[in-house]
Amino acid sequence: MSAVIDSHHDDHHHGPAKGISRWLYTTNHKDIGSMYLWFSLIMLFIGGAMAMVIRAELFEPGSQIVSPEFYNQMVTNHGLIMVFGVIMPAFVGFANWMIPMQIGAPDMALPRLNNLSFWILPVAFGILLSTFFMEGGAPNFGWTFYAPLSTEYAPPTVTFFIFSVHIMGASSIMGSINVITTILNMRAPGMTLMKMPLFVWSWFITAYLLIAVMPVLAGAVTMMLMDIHAGTSFFKAGGGGDPVLFQHIFWFFGHPEVYIMILPAFGIVSHIIETFSRKPIFGYSSMVYAIASIALLSFVVWAHHMFTVGMPIAGELFFMYSTMLIAIPTGVKVFNWLSTMFKGSLTFETPMLFAIAFVALFTIGGLSGIMLAIAPADFQYHDTYFVVAHFHYVLVPGALFSLLAGAYYWIPKWTGKMYDETLGKVHFWMSFLSVNLTFFPMHFVGLAGMPRRIPDYAMQFADWNMMVSVGAFLFGISQLLFLFIVLKCIYNGKEATNEVWEGAKNKGFEWTVDSPAPYHTFSSPPSLESLKTSS
Amino acid sequence: MEARKSVLKLTLITFGMFGFGFALVPIYDIFCDITGLNGKVTGPTITSYDEELLTREVKITFVTSNNKRMPWSFKSSSPQMRVETGQDYLMDFTFTNTTNKPMIAQAVPSVSPGRGAKYFHKTECFCFEQQFLEAGESITIPVKFIIDPELPNDISSLALGYTLFDVTEEFANLQANK
Repeated sequence: MSAVIDSHHDDHHHGPAKGISRWLYTTNHKDIGSMYLWFSLIMLFIGGAMAMVIRAELFEPGSQIVSPEFYNQMVTNHGLIMVFGVIMPAFVGFANWMIPMQIGAPDMALPRLNNLSFWILPVAFGILLSTFFMEGGAPNFGWTFYAPLSTEYAPPTVTFFIFSVHIMGASSIMGSINVITTILNMRAPGMTLMKMPLFVWSWFITAYLLIAVMPVLAGAVTMMLMDIHAGTSFFKAGGGGDPVLFQHIFWFFGHPEVYIMILPAFGIVSHIIETFSRKPIFGYSSMVYAIASIALLSFVVWAHHMFTVGMPIAGELFFMYSTMLIAIPTGVKVFNWLSTMFKGSLTFETPMLFAIAFVALFTIGGLSGIMLAIAPADFQYHDTYFVVAHFHYVLVPGALFSLLAGAYYWIPKWTGKMYDETLGKVHFWMSFLSVNLTFFPMHFVGLAGMPRRIPDYAMQFADWNMMVSVGAFLFGISQLLFLFIVLKCIYNGKEATNEVWEGAKNKGFEWTVDSPAPYHTFSSPPSLESLKTSS
Repeated sequence: MEARKSVLKLTLITFGMFGFGFALVPIYDIFCDITGLNGKVTGPTITSYDEELLTREVKITFVTSNNKRMPWSFKSSSPQMRVETGQDYLMDFTFTNTTNKPMIAQAVPSVSPGRGAKYFHKTECFCFEQQFLEAGESITIPVKFIIDPELPNDISSLALGYTLFDVTEEFANLQANK
């Protein structure tokens, strides 16, 4: 390992290589971070285009533009791409860029593994997307791929899907091993665990979650593969297996997975709120313990996704109460963010706007989560648009807003240029209004009984659905504006200062280096003292 | 080196969790087997119970009534009795044809509360057949019953009601054929 880390000193290679080989062979954490971020942005537009097809189909009741079979493929791949191709790689991109800079390390601990874990991702998604052009069509069983829908009744392309999930899992696991090894071994002298920036802490815990559950997902798809091709009966009731077992294994992975998609967001938002409140974060250690408790609890709540499978009452009670327990550490975090803002000298630049919207709207998603956790009530909400509203509130104005906030917050450090603040605010307000127009009415139609994953619906849901579709189209356009803002920033932005934000003074090592951050930073470790006295 | 150790440990965890995913299959079966959850039909379907523990006292009320224009007298020998669950009991019911012509009657039972009905097992009952009585004739017939020990704990009393119907016309042919 040391040979790899030290190679920067040996070959006196101070700038990046030229051309395509720079990107293919790079082991630089900043290059790889940028590739992850661009990859997830491209996937956002692919997955987003699928969402547009879904909303166009649901614009009015009745069959509009696509067949029900194709609609199912859209729903399935929209979910898979947004979860595995957008939110997760984007957070890994942030981890690559920011973790070494925040802990004062020259690079990730395992740079070649880093290159590999990025480059197998486009392969995985290439395989997944290629199934659209195959006989039988793309996977159509929902992103949760419940057996036997995904085994006995699946299109033949399911095998490609399984292989693709294996590769995505391998990528995440390698990335996580890299993150943990970096954090454990490469912190600047004096940076104890409880002095680490919160984004580093959130990723440290997320990486452990990934290592614990991605292999279980790999196991689940392997069992599917064997049921389909090797004649086993893991999930076949006819052969002594049990389809409900699939749901238990899937959600044992699936619930920690939803925290994998939100914990790094907590880290990003914590940094932004403290910077634009010009105060240190309120309750640092309680923030750390809250993240850790959420992560631990995530392993014992999985069956709240399957209250209606016919669980005994004792099981329902256990999973109901353990789920509700998660509201406590989450509440600690929300109140800590509010307390950080309280009496701070606030300014509302674009990252701060997104971060505040994150706190408010993520809380709405959290509250509908509490409603869903109530086992007797869940029988009414299960598989309705209320569930769709809930998880989109935590994933879009939750995870995605934190990613946008983080991008605005750190892009001056990445590129050395400021983005256009006016356009950024336009982007925020368009996103904020349209995201609520899209997802809030879903609560109403869901409570009124509109089922999810259907290409047609009853007349009484028509008005709300039209509003939802209009909101979705607006939200889609708003993200094209984001792409424009990023490109304008790179090619035509004003020079950014090293500190970038007035409130970022002493807020972390990343603000002590030049803007843009040099290709190699912290060849010799910085000291924590320098951070304290630099004011 | 430290990093090598971390990588080794983390890789081991990864493979361990992959194995754990597969271990969930037998764990699931064993867990369901021990706790009897999930409803997989594997073990014996009839469960025995400890009578000592499960036996309890239940109050049974007998209610008899006549359908409209049914002139017979119809009474149980006692309005109430206290019974133990799981035991056989008898209760006599007396029918008297108070008219001056032969008649056929049938009693239709009902148990309340309705939730308790399936735990009230009548092993012998006149409600399964018709009663033919000459003018002024009288007959006493017992009902044999057991209260199921599975009776939910919140039910401490049950009422067995009979309504007597005049079915002379409906069964006139039947009688003629006899």
